[in-house]
Amino acid sequence: MIQAAYLHIPFCEHICHYCDFNKVFLKGQPVDEYLQYLDKEMEITMNSSDYAPFKTIFVGGGTPTALNEKQLATFLESIRKRLPLAGQYEFTFEANPGDLSYEKLKLLYDYGVNRLSLGVQTFNDQLLEKIGRVHRAKDVYQSVESAKKAGFKNMSIDLIYSLPTQTMADFQETLTTSFQLDVQHYSAYSLIIEPKTVFYNLMRKGKLHTPGEDVEAAMYELLMEKMKENGFEQYEISNFSKPGFESKHNLTYWNNEAYFGFGAGAHSYVEGYRRSNYGPLKKYMEPLDQNELPIMDKHEVTKKEKMEEEMFLGLRKTQGVSMKAFKDKYDIEIMEIFREELLAHEQKSLLEIKGDSIQLTKQGRLLGNEVFQSFIK
Amino acid sequence: MNREERLNRQSRIRNFSIIAHIDHGKSTLADRILEKTNALTAREMKDQLLDSMDLERERGITIKLNSVQLKYKAKDGEIYTFHLIDTPGHVDFTYEVSRSLAACEGAVLVVDAAQGIEAQTLANVYLALDNDLEILPVINKIDLPSADPERVRNEVEEVIGLDASEAVLASAKAGIGIEDILEQVVEKVPAPTGDPDAPLKALIFDSLYDAYRGVVAYIRVVDGTVKVGDKVKMMATGKEFEVTEVGVFTPKSTPMDELSVGDVGFLTAAIKNVGDTRVGDTITSAKNGATDPLPGYRKLNPMVYCGLYPIDSAKFNDLREALEKLELNDSALQYEPETSQALGFGFRCGFLGLLHMEIIQERIEREFKIDLITTAPSVIYDVMLTDGTELKVDNPSDMPDAQKIDRVEEPYVKATMMAPNEYVGAIMELCQLKRGNFIDMQYMDESRVNIIYEIPLSEIVYDFFDQLKSNTKGYASFDYELIGYRPSKLVKMDILLNAEKVDALSFIVHSDFAYERGKVIVEKLKELIPRQQFEVPIQAAVGQKIIARSTIKAMRKNVLAKCYGGDISRKRKLLEKQKEGKKRMKQVGSVEVPQEAFMAVLKMDDNNTKK
Repeated sequence: MIQAAYLHIPFCEHICHYCDFNKVFLKGQPVDEYLQYLDKEMEITMNSSDYAPFKTIFVGGGTPTALNEKQLATFLESIRKRLPLAGQYEFTFEANPGDLSYEKLKLLYDYGVNRLSLGVQTFNDQLLEKIGRVHRAKDVYQSVESAKKAGFKNMSIDLIYSLPTQTMADFQETLTTSFQLDVQHYSAYSLIIEPKTVFYNLMRKGKLHTPGEDVEAAMYELLMEKMKENGFEQYEISNFSKPGFESKHNLTYWNNEAYFGFGAGAHSYVEGYRRSNYGPLKKYMEPLDQNELPIMDKHEVTKKEKMEEEMFLGLRKTQGVSMKAFKDKYDIEIMEIFREELLAHEQKSLLEIKGDSIQLTKQGRLLGNEVFQSFIK
Repeated sequence: MNREERLNRQSRIRNFSIIAHIDHGKSTLADRILEKTNALTAREMKDQLLDSMDLERERGITIKLNSVQLKYKAKDGEIYTFHLIDTPGHVDFTYEVSRSLAACEGAVLVVDAAQGIEAQTLANVYLALDNDLEILPVINKIDLPSADPERVRNEVEEVIGLDASEAVLASAKAGIGIEDILEQVVEKVPAPTGDPDAPLKALIFDSLYDAYRGVVAYIRVVDGTVKVGDKVKMMATGKEFEVTEVGVFTPKSTPMDELSVGDVGFLTAAIKNVGDTRVGDTITSAKNGATDPLPGYRKLNPMVYCGLYPIDSAKFNDLREALEKLELNDSALQYEPETSQALGFGFRCGFLGLLHMEIIQERIEREFKIDLITTAPSVIYDVMLTDGTELKVDNPSDMPDAQKIDRVEEPYVKATMMAPNEYVGAIMELCQLKRGNFIDMQYMDESRVNIIYEIPLSEIVYDFFDQLKSNTKGYASFDYELIGYRPSKLVKMDILLNAEKVDALSFIVHSDFAYERGKVIVEKLKELIPRQQFEVPIQAAVGQKIIARSTIKAMRKNVLAKCYGGDISRKRKLLEKQKEGKKRMKQVGSVEVPQEAFMAVLKMDDNNTKK
């Protein structure tokens, strides 16, 4: 029973210097056509799948709010038709502070979107320019206000730290500014330089000056401290929320549960298979013309892999991995499989075992990959 | 064949090598000669045919020798048999060069019309003169815009003392002058002078191992004849064999009925071990053989030693097999098992020089797929102990405690460097830094200088050549020869990681430089060793005294803090990649050390010179 869906809108008006997600410049793209194919993909999938009403829908990109109002209406109509919602649901749209008119916000809200994830990244205008963002800090205040006016009561802000030339003081200021806004959730990611990005090319030429590991760690510690001070609970390595406002959609991933992924380059986890769609628009559309799903890659996750993923995803959550739930799910004791690793990490104070739950310590959160990779055999 | 036929044939044999500095066009000229003598059809022709190993092509150097028999119809109407013997172009293989030259009566000396004579050319010309070869100067690349053939002609006359008035002006690339070269070979290179009826004397100038035929010995017949079924004896080793095959390379391996005086070809005799057919040895008949071997044979002694360890200790036996296989083809390679506390089981290997070492290392990694840790190369030190005993130390970690040592001697070389005169300062500065003693400097013409220094070999086996090249914008050429041992104030420097001595990182250093080098190496190691989950102090110590230290900070953050929109496979791949990276490191005590760190002592000099 799959109750989560991700939808991908691969269009952007501007490309950020750090972004390596599947996206293209909006201008001149067959946007309307794409929305039709997306509709068709949902139709084919829903006709052939066992599904229950959806508890979470997440629309990401690219920039979903780069669609104009007419396109947005078409898209929302198509979601409404293909993906029936459960009584209690979370329906998130990623939104770009630069292009959020009140009309768009109202439209989203009227179609049942009840959560916004705003790509703020930083409140320092100079840094925003440096990372290729077009919006400025003031756009964020306006967007949050308009969104509230349109009816939104659940909003999240995305931040990125360890940006080129960013200092501790910069980041501290961004956090302080941010807490003046009335939002319920934060995702804060550290910058990762990925291949095929502007930053990657700059780095290779030696022209990118990132703050380095020590500052990055200090920023992460500051983040955790300030979030706590301001009443945001850390429920995952990079995610913080007021109680009850955790992202239910993202918890699907960390709980190692199934989800659909629709759109170019989208990923899904369906009936034990991790699948990915074709990224390029043409390749994505072609199979759908033949009424076939645009799946590029399909991997059946073995039991061994499932257990490994249970660990490296589950431990990202503050509540960690439940030994009982593990036993129920895989019919084997967690200690039988990962005893050596768990004890070694416990000894190094990277992990602690609290009752039924295995959790990362604060140090463990900083060195999560050191822990996670040990479970992959 | 009767005696007369053999003598008649012998008078029309010409054996020669091509001597050239790297890049001066030796291989291209060899290719043109093969074309001109129709040794190959166009289809068979691939560029630089003689360099057949992949590595040789990549590096543009010759490692294994080749020889080829060619038929040339000269202007006098006669058909001549040529044997063209290839020579390795690198200083590490000087002995092989000398043996292949000993198989010839002449040598074509190729000099680049723009660059002139280089240090290696000179060294090889002297080898050729030592072997009484007729030298035919060729000025190559005359079609280059920067060519100055007259200047180079003068240089050949003044620097080497050869008559260059008839030097052929050629461009191997453009096919200019090739026929003139071949005519000069006919006219000027003497025919072989041996006696076909005398007891067999054949010089082994190279050998290789073939899985089906055993050792293939490359030979030059000096006296007598040899044919299938003959019983022969190796004069240095005393081993006897029955000949199963003789032949020549055209360049394909072509069996013949017999090889007689002047012939250059191959011989097989179901020989299992390359060591039984040592380069430079003489083959004679098992019965009534020659009493005196051909002159010049010597056992090859490695000059440079290093430890080779598999990163994955389970691959120790694979490494042994790889070395055994390589040894079949390379009698200069020596190895014996050794154990390092830090690296586990491995081999101490001896090489002719750094290039030889790099080639072996690369072949093991490529052909046998074994990831290696190479410790820094070391020379052999003569250590005189206070109790009067003498010790040869080829592994720094075997150096006894300082209080037991009376004195240490290290090998010195005579280094010859040639460069345009504006680089004299740079070269002298480098040599001084490398503990060199200035010996001599000569102007070869108005603008080019020949500089001679005596330098400890240990300074050369580090990155001397690279530095020489970079300090002279690539213009300097370099050659060296061993001149003996001299006392030096040498000490052993130990490196401690996390307070534990890492034997594989110990090295020998002159005491005047110990402090400086210690500082540089701890900094270098700090850069090369990634952060661990705990702080790792690095110390450099001479005896009990810590002379330099630095600290690798503890890892502060390593966690994927990014949302990949449900792309779990990507997260998994990233974790797998990190884990894989760790596997390529060696666990030394509690510290994970990457491959490069063990070579760090090599790299530290570039920091030194910049200071």
